[in-house]
Amino acid sequence: MNTLLSALAAIVLLCVTPPGIGTARAAEVTVAVAANFSVPMRRIAAAFEADTGHKATLAFGSTGRFYAQIRNGAPFDLLLAADDETPARLEREGAGVAGSRFTYATGQLVLWSRQPGVVDERGEVLRSGRFERLALADPKLAPYGRAAVQTLASLGLLDALRPTFVQGESIAQAHQFVASGNATLGFVALSQVMADGRVGEGSAWRVPAGLHEPIRQDALLLVRGRDNPAATGLLQYLRGDKARTIILGHGYTF
Amino acid sequence: MATPFELGAEALQAIRLTLLLATLTTLALLVLATPLAWWLAHTRSRWRAPVGALVTLPLVLPPTVLGFYLLVAMGPDGPLGQLTQALGWGVLSFTFGGLLLGSIVFSLPFAVQPIQNAFESIGSRPLEVAATLRAHPLDAFFTVALPQARGGLVTAAILAFAHTVGEFGVVLMIGGNIPGQTRVVSTLIYGHVEAMEYAQAHLLAGGMLAFSFVVLLALAWVRRSAGRVLP
Repeated sequence: MNTLLSALAAIVLLCVTPPGIGTARAAEVTVAVAANFSVPMRRIAAAFEADTGHKATLAFGSTGRFYAQIRNGAPFDLLLAADDETPARLEREGAGVAGSRFTYATGQLVLWSRQPGVVDERGEVLRSGRFERLALADPKLAPYGRAAVQTLASLGLLDALRPTFVQGESIAQAHQFVASGNATLGFVALSQVMADGRVGEGSAWRVPAGLHEPIRQDALLLVRGRDNPAATGLLQYLRGDKARTIILGHGYTF
Repeated sequence: MATPFELGAEALQAIRLTLLLATLTTLALLVLATPLAWWLAHTRSRWRAPVGALVTLPLVLPPTVLGFYLLVAMGPDGPLGQLTQALGWGVLSFTFGGLLLGSIVFSLPFAVQPIQNAFESIGSRPLEVAATLRAHPLDAFFTVALPQARGGLVTAAILAFAHTVGEFGVVLMIGGNIPGQTRVVSTLIYGHVEAMEYAQAHLLAGGMLAFSFVVLLALAWVRRSAGRVLP
């Protein structure tokens, strides 16, 4: 028991020890990042750190949870949301810096199956009835889920296909349902199935933008990061060419 | 939209489903865990330690890990999925049956351990006495061992029930949030919080808090009265 206690004490001490003094001059930014943007953001953060010497700490999660955490004092300097409503709401409620909000990426919805030949290039498979389960993100929680529902409504298929829905709490989970084969096909983000600039595995249909409202993902500088040069720097960096090339390469547009 | 002080149809459906899931899980676990606990309490087999560890595994594994493996195992390519498809049941993920299976696995240690402890504290003496009185071993088990272990059985039932009601990570992974099938109270609360519907979330979460407190209180009473009866 004593050894256990001392081991625990050692862990606690390690956790509270301040970071190295050498990094004290470069600023540090803590960013809340929408889960669907995690892969490009890791690369952008690495480039940002290399170019500026600042340090970016990334936390990935759902935008709704970030909202609750930020409203309750979470130590984030910057929010990269999965939608445009949450940042607007935080700005309105005084948790964000007025005027700092902008769209850093627009998401692309795809209908995807991990099996080749299941999803055709025009999404006709949706009318075929040749599948038992259609995965999507919960439309109440995730913008990609809402876009999926809007797409089905535009196609006049919403009521017919509703019994086949299996909903993930996030777009990441919807992807997992399809990737594990538990659902034959599903609506996911293009960024999730893209490798080397094209759809890596299986078959996919890029849902035309006209079938749903655009999935605008907005960034917001939070009050805590107002005077943090790393936070304002990263916000600026996201608009730069280097970041934009990475963002485009992962299936987003602007 | 429900007002802050009124449960909507969605919430009532989720509560009904949660109670059904917890009841069936508890019944299934009492049937499964009792012989397993008996074996663990009395065997001298070298399999005792590995089986005991396996039973305890859900206690320490993060529910998302368990849920993820269940999802993969139940999927069309997984071993469980292959089996259920061969039996003509289809794939279990995103069904109430799949959720029930997941809950049984998830709550197994909560049912086995109290029963095992009860059997161990009874020891083999009463059963040896019963055997000298020419009681058949199975007879002795039902008339001597089970009644004496009732404190452990009640504790197991309460814990399994409460733990299933509070189950979240596994449901999230294998459920698919289908109303009336796999949308239980805990995932509904999560949905409300994520959707910033805090009034509904508060109502359900507060109910869950009160329920859990009452369960633990009941457990303390059971333990005290069982302590008086047992030697």
